[in-house]
Order: sequence, then C-alpha cells, then structure tokens
Amino acid sequence: MVASILPLHLTGLEVHRRGKRLLGPVSMTLKGDGTTVIIGPNGSGKTTFLRALHGLERCTHDAAKWQADEETVRARQAFVFQSPIMMRRSVQDCIAYPLILAGQGKTNARAAAAEWAERVGLSAALTRPAHVLSGGEKQKLALARALIRQPELLFLDEPCANLDGRSTREIEVILADARQSGTRVVMSTHDMGQARRLADDVIFLYGGLIHEAGPKDAFFSAPKTPETRAFLNGDLLP
Amino acid sequence: MNDILLGLAEAARLIVSFDPELIEITLRSLQVSVGAMVIASAIGLPFGAWLAINRFRMRRVVIALLNALMGLPPVVVGLIVYILLSRSGPFGVLGLLFTPTAMVIAQVIIITPLIASIAHQAIRELWADYHDLLISLNTTKSQRIRALLWDGRRALLTASLAGFGRAIGEVGAIMIVGGNIDHATRVLTTAIALETGKGEFALALALGFVLIALAIAVNFAMHALSRTERSGRW
Amino acid sequence: MKRSVILGAVVSVFVAGVAAAEEMKMAVTTSFANSGLADVLLPQIQADTGLEVQLLIVGTGQALRLGAAGDVDAVLVHARAAEDKFIAEGNATHRREIMYNDFVIIGPAGDPAGAGKATSADEALVAIADAKAPFVSRGDDSGTHKKELSLWASAGVEPTGDWYRAVGAGMGAALNTASGMNGYIMSDRASWLKFGNKGDLALLFAGDPVLFNQYAYMPVNPAKHAHVNNDAAMALEGWLVSDTAKALIDGYTIAGEKLFTFNATAN
Repeated sequence: MVASILPLHLTGLEVHRRGKRLLGPVSMTLKGDGTTVIIGPNGSGKTTFLRALHGLERCTHDAAKWQADEETVRARQAFVFQSPIMMRRSVQDCIAYPLILAGQGKTNARAAAAEWAERVGLSAALTRPAHVLSGGEKQKLALARALIRQPELLFLDEPCANLDGRSTREIEVILADARQSGTRVVMSTHDMGQARRLADDVIFLYGGLIHEAGPKDAFFSAPKTPETRAFLNGDLLP
Repeated sequence: MNDILLGLAEAARLIVSFDPELIEITLRSLQVSVGAMVIASAIGLPFGAWLAINRFRMRRVVIALLNALMGLPPVVVGLIVYILLSRSGPFGVLGLLFTPTAMVIAQVIIITPLIASIAHQAIRELWADYHDLLISLNTTKSQRIRALLWDGRRALLTASLAGFGRAIGEVGAIMIVGGNIDHATRVLTTAIALETGKGEFALALALGFVLIALAIAVNFAMHALSRTERSGRW
Repeated sequence: MKRSVILGAVVSVFVAGVAAAEEMKMAVTTSFANSGLADVLLPQIQADTGLEVQLLIVGTGQALRLGAAGDVDAVLVHARAAEDKFIAEGNATHRREIMYNDFVIIGPAGDPAGAGKATSADEALVAIADAKAPFVSRGDDSGTHKKELSLWASAGVEPTGDWYRAVGAGMGAALNTASGMNGYIMSDRASWLKFGNKGDLALLFAGDPVLFNQYAYMPVNPAKHAHVNNDAAMALEGWLVSDTAKALIDGYTIAGEKLFTFNATAN
C-alpha cells in the first residue's frame, strides 16, 4: 500500500480574486476516509473551496499541508466539474486519456476505458463522439475518466445538477461504489436528499466560511446555529 | 470579356491534351507549395498552440508582431532570401539560389506567421474550453500542446490550407529567389506573370484557371482525407 | 530537429529531380527572352555542346547584379555604359558583342502626333512631346529604358508632364499599358512583334541607326567567384559566335520580319 496523501490539514486557507476575499480563512482537517458533502447557498464558496483544495485556485501559500510531495498529491486526486468538459474525441478515448497521460500504452488504456465505460453504463456509446452525449451520460463519462486512475481523493462539484432522477441515482450508485473501494469523496450539492444519502460528514459553507461542520446524523438532526437550521428548512438566507 | 472566354477555352485545351509543360509546372507548383505548407505547419501550429497556453510578459507584443508579419510583402521576403542565399550572401555556399528549395524557404517565411496566427486563434478557444480539465489532470506543457493540436486538428487543417492558399498564389518572392527558369523553377504563378508580360492574355488566363482549379482540388482533397478519418466527425 | 529532417526530405525530393546534363545559368533581359529567339537557340546549344542553359529573365539592372553577386555564370545584356562599368569592376573577364536588334516607336494607328512622318528618331520624339501625346516609358532602369532616356536627351526634350508615364515595368507590361491608354511607346522590335495584345497600336517609326541595340555576352569572372562554371560559360561563348549561331540568329523571323543581326567577330 502506497502511503496516503491524507489527512490534509488546512490552516487559514484564503482565496482572493481582484482584491475580494472569496473564501476563508478556512482551517480544518480532511481525514482519510468517508464522503464529505459541502452544502451552502449560491455564492457561499463551495466551488471555490473544492477548486482550491484541488489546486485550481491561487490561494494562501502554505495553507494546505498534505502527507506527500506535490507531484504525488497532484497525481492521486481527480476532479469532476459541474458542467463536464468533453474533449473532441470518442467516449473511449476520453476515458482513456488520463491513463495515456500517465504513460500507459494505447491498447491497455483503451481496454481499461472500455471496462470503466461498462461500469458507468456507457458501453453502447464507446465509439460515439463525447460531445453528443446527453447531460447524464457526459457526467458518467467524467466520472469514469476521474476514476480510471483510481484516485485516492475525488472531488465533485455538484455532479447531479441539471440531471433527472434516474441519472442522479445511477451516479450516486457509482459514487457509493467508489467510496466502498476506498476512494475519499469530497463533493458539493444543492440536493439535501443526496447529502443525506451519501455523506459521512457535512460542511455547511456560508459567506466563504465554514459555518458549521460535523458527522451527518448530528448535523441534520441537531443543527447548532439558526442559519444552518434556516438553510435546512429551505428558508432564504440574507 | 472575350479574353476570359479565350482563356477558358485555352485552359480546357491544355488540360484535355495533357500538355507536358503544363503538367510539369503544375506539379512543381504543388511540390513547392505543399512542401512550404508542411514545413510551415510543423513550425507554425505548435508555435500557435504554445502561444495560446503560455502567459509571459511579451506575449501581447509577440501576438501583435505575428499578426503584422501575416502581411509581410512577399517581394520583400523574396529580396531578403535572395540576398541571404546569393553566392555573395551568408548562405551562398549552399548553392540554393534559383532552386525549388529556395522557393520553399521563401514561402515558409511568408506563410508561417499566417498559419501560426490562425492556429493561435483556434487553439486559444479550445484551451479556454479544456483549461480546467488539463490542469486538473496534471498535464505537462507538451502534453497540453499535443492534446490541443490533436483535438483542434480540423481548425488547424484550415490554418494549413490558408497557408497553402497563400503559397500557391504567391509570385513576388518565388520570382526573385526561383528566377522563373524554364524546366527548373518555373511554376504556375511565375508562368502567368511571364505570359502576361508577353501580352499572351489567353494563355496567362488559362494558367490562372488551372491554378484556381488546383487550389480548389487540394482543398477538397484535404477535407476528404480528414473526413475519412474514423473519429473525424466533429 | 524535426524541422531539419523535413527540410532534408524536401531537399532530397528536389535534388532527385535534377537532370544529369551540365548546367549553367545565364541572366538575360526580358526583351531577349520575349523575342522567342532563346527557344530556337537553347535546344541547338544543348545538342551541340551538351550544355543545359538555364535562363534568368530579368531587367538589365538585375541581370548585372546577379552577375556581380556570382549567382549566374554569364550575362547577355544590351546597355553599353553599364556593361563597361561591369567589366571595370572586375565582374566579368571580357565583353563579346554577339548581335543587335533595333528599337521601334509604336503608337496609335491614327498617329495624332505625326511621329510616323519623322525622318529621324529625334524628330519622332519631338513630335510626340510637342503634341503632349501619352507616352509610356519603362521607367525601370532597364537597358531599353536607358536607351529611351538617351534618345530624349539627344532630341533635346525633357520628358516630364502628364503625358509622360513611367510605369516601372517590363517590356510586355509596358506595352500592355500603352495598349490600354492608346499611347506611344518605344519597344524593341522583337517584343513588339511577339506582343499579343496590340489593340489599336501600330509600328510608326523605325530604321534610324541610333535605334540599333547591341547585345553583348559577358562571362562572370571566375577569379572573383570561384564556383562559377567558367568552362561552360566559355563553351557557350564559343557556340554563340559560331556559324551555327549566325545562321540561326540571322534566320530567325517573326511574321516574316527578321529580328536580329549577327555581328560577332572572330577573336
């Protein structure tokens, strides 16, 4: 077993853009297992937080402490964007691409891609151009592409936004499987039902700060602050 | 008006009779322009992609310069290449002056900025689309350039063809560095200039029509080639 | 690396196409090439001497520059003063007169200026200038252009004004312009006879000895440019002054008119 890149310790993580603070300061520890779900109103910083953790945002220097060197950390995590980015290639080549980047032979990579396509239910679409897929299929492709390198840590930014119930269910099954096989999942969602179904821990972001966080059961049954309560009730927050 | 009809008739006659001189200069035109296109693409496409994904201090200046170079007057390029390749010039010992190779060199200089600039535009859009994914996948710079070049190949084909179009129709530079020598460096455009100079408008026009037909044929051929490719559906 | 491989491939493609015959390059003037005489001479030269003479058809000024730079093995031009300077600068070993043709004055068939009635070239030009009839000049510093300027000078006319149009182009292009504006122009006879776009133009004046146009052959100096093919250049000179050449040159006609007169002398 390769040494883990987790836990991740954050100390005073901040993201600024054009002189405005979008996130932070955030201090917390991301432990090595389970699924963490980030919730919060629009503009509370969910996407920024995920992107900052994944290294896509310029943020406070030295705020994040991983358990491995940068190259390992970068190589062992993956990200699924809210609107999946489809390369102008076939479904199979899209899924295989991360393996090709990692130096695998084309034949191997394509075989592995076919396997992953099967797991996410895209077998029938293997040779189709990725960009003609439906929204749900694109999201499944993005998941397969993220999982094919078997990342230790997987980020997902509202993976089921704009998807119908059936696609959402299929994706949740894939995510539950990934968690079972030991992938650490960190995701954001607007769907409280989804949060309850998938989360081990919940983080409530509000105004760019962690307003409240804790294990799922305690969080949903006994929210500590009036804002969390209001948000969970579906009230509008100022 | 009458001259144009005569030109068309003459063009038809030359083509139908497989006129050996016409075939020779047509093939040479193709050889020079395709050679220039291939070399200029090998330089210009990766450079355009590199320019699209890199942020550096002089970037705007380089892009402005590239766009300006697109308008390089071929005669000036021809003159400069002539001076460089002349026996009295720095590369005179190579003995390249008045050879098709010299013509290719001049055309590469003329069309590389054009190809690089169009490639840069196309790749910049694709990069905006791919940016987050390629960063997330922890790609190296050269992996990014390769992915963008491969996935942008349809747009880049257009860039190369634009370069070819400029090359095949160019006369000012290749006239100077090639010398329009019969059976050695005469191509369609220089032959047209020669025949126009003689007042042989019908023949000049006929060659012109052959040139246009050739340009169209090459464009169709390249597009057909790219369409037969399995994953070429977008 | 990749670039040089491709370049190498391209070069080898071209090199493979080069014929085995001995080649030499000669810069000649547009007017000579347009006359069509080259098409008669070159095959015979190849048959007799095995030389493949590649012609660079350029203006006199450029022809002399090519010779001075060592980019050609010989030049065949017609501009005496420039030739003497070329020799004086050591660019050629010597100058050999080969043949001459003549210049003619062309203009609208109706001849509004009355140049056709002149008894000398001077008179014809004065008539055109007096009538301020449109006159097209090569204006390209070529041998023909220099000749034209010297004729204006000897006629005592300063050619300036709206009627005098210097087009800065070769003989054919200048003739096209004259045809387009129905103006007067001085042309070498060969270019005129070969010219396919005469329109309303006609030959109005010819025959004055000052209009004769001497062609001279000059091999580029091998002492200055060691790479030039001097053997080939000397072999070509030998052929150009031969009886074969004399017969071909004197016998060359267009529309029944003799164009060139061979006048090379034995050394």
